[in-house]
Amino acid sequence: MKPPPFSYHTPQSVAEAVALLGSLDNARLLAGGQSLMPMLNMRYAQPDHLIDLARVAGLDRIEGRDGGLEIGAMVRQRSVEFSEDVRRLCPLLAEAIRFVGHRQTRNRGTVGGSIAHCDSAAEIPTVCAALEATIRIEGPSGWREIPFREFPAGYLMSSLAPDEVLVSLYLPVWAAGHGHGFEEFARRHGDFAIVSAAALLETNKDGRIARAALAIGGAGAAPVRIDAVETELVGRAGEREAFAAAADLCSGIEAYDDIHASGKYRRHLARVLALRAFTKAWSRAVGGPA
Amino acid sequence: MTGTTRRISVTVNGTPRDEEVEVRLTLADFLRKRLGLTGTHLGCEHGVCGACTVLVDGMSARSCLMLAVQADDCDITTVEGIAPSKDVLHPLQEAFRDHHGLQCGFCTAGILTTLVEFLRDNPSPSEGEVREAISGNLCRCTGYQGIVDAALDAARRLREAGGAAR
Ligand code: FES
Ligand code: FES
Repeated sequence: MKPPPFSYHTPQSVAEAVALLGSLDNARLLAGGQSLMPMLNMRYAQPDHLIDLARVAGLDRIEGRDGGLEIGAMVRQRSVEFSEDVRRLCPLLAEAIRFVGHRQTRNRGTVGGSIAHCDSAAEIPTVCAALEATIRIEGPSGWREIPFREFPAGYLMSSLAPDEVLVSLYLPVWAAGHGHGFEEFARRHGDFAIVSAAALLETNKDGRIARAALAIGGAGAAPVRIDAVETELVGRAGEREAFAAAADLCSGIEAYDDIHASGKYRRHLARVLALRAFTKAWSRAVGGPA
Repeated sequence: MTGTTRRISVTVNGTPRDEEVEVRLTLADFLRKRLGLTGTHLGCEHGVCGACTVLVDGMSARSCLMLAVQADDCDITTVEGIAPSKDVLHPLQEAFRDHHGLQCGFCTAGILTTLVEFLRDNPSPSEGEVREAISGNLCRCTGYQGIVDAALDAARRLREAGGAAR
């Protein structure tokens, strides 16, 4: 199994990468290669041109911006794992990143690559859904930002135009002391999740829930944010019944059948994992044992 | 720069190499076929088995999921390069021999290189951490127990040697 023949390009700037995408037929961007390389080796992908983003300046930074966290598309998953800023400001991502592939693939795999590949079962997109991340995209007529929920266009398909480059991801940061929980079910550690759940909780000064979010990955064509948990949970005192009721909101989500699991089982997992993720997030929000 | 071949400069096991390569050549095939370093094995060629793991600038990576051109300017260590000299084994290699950490040896190169990095980052791992560290490496022979025992023993040997070996 060897990649098919292609020409290889190493632009130095995003503008140059966009221009190459616009002028070359059947071109693909190469980020960390941990999804594209298997597709090339198996010849699922047969581009005539490969545009390697590795030498593009400025895409490998993690920075604070407008009270949130901006992560460049070429930041390696391993750098996220070791980032003090991520651990402090976005502990949900820090927890989820440990489930992304294996050490050997996190060393190469990038944040932008994972999002652009649009695998519904991937952990980073599920975190993006929970946090209502924004995706920054550059194209021939400048840049645009879209909410993560508008980014997936279908199974393994993003809404990027053929001449656009995903340049960064913006994660809004929740209040200090918020609780997070990431749970997933996979056949073995490092596999894509069959289903995953990412939960966030914030408490007010009376110890009641002030803010709540939940996203489920792996069930349908893209990770989904269960917006209704907010109304279900805000004002509640963190009792188990409240979280169970919030988790029950997953029972109607879109879920597909494949060789790993039936749609019915996926919906069951979504409920179970959502409850666990909320329970974990709550114990962290109230400062108990994680 | 564009095209279907390219010149790359890499350092492999301490030796600088300057080679013209086809851009679609994987790093694994570059190491095995061009440089004759056949210690790096290819099991699946799509990133599942971990047999092809090498160190790229000290970080473990699957050489079947990298193009040789992506390794331009990088420092590569393969299993041939982990021992301190021709007649002295790396403590991990010694521990693998002592604990039956290998049978057919197909997975061994990838597991050794993975563990070289892992024990450098985590010199006193728990058994669970070792199992997680090698979860990206498939072994069809040993049942992993010998590998885990060897890794824990190697960690102890490395600690006792004061982390002298890398
Ligand atoms: S040969 Fe590279 S992971 Fe299997
Ligand atoms: S020793 Fe044979 S595959 Fe591991």
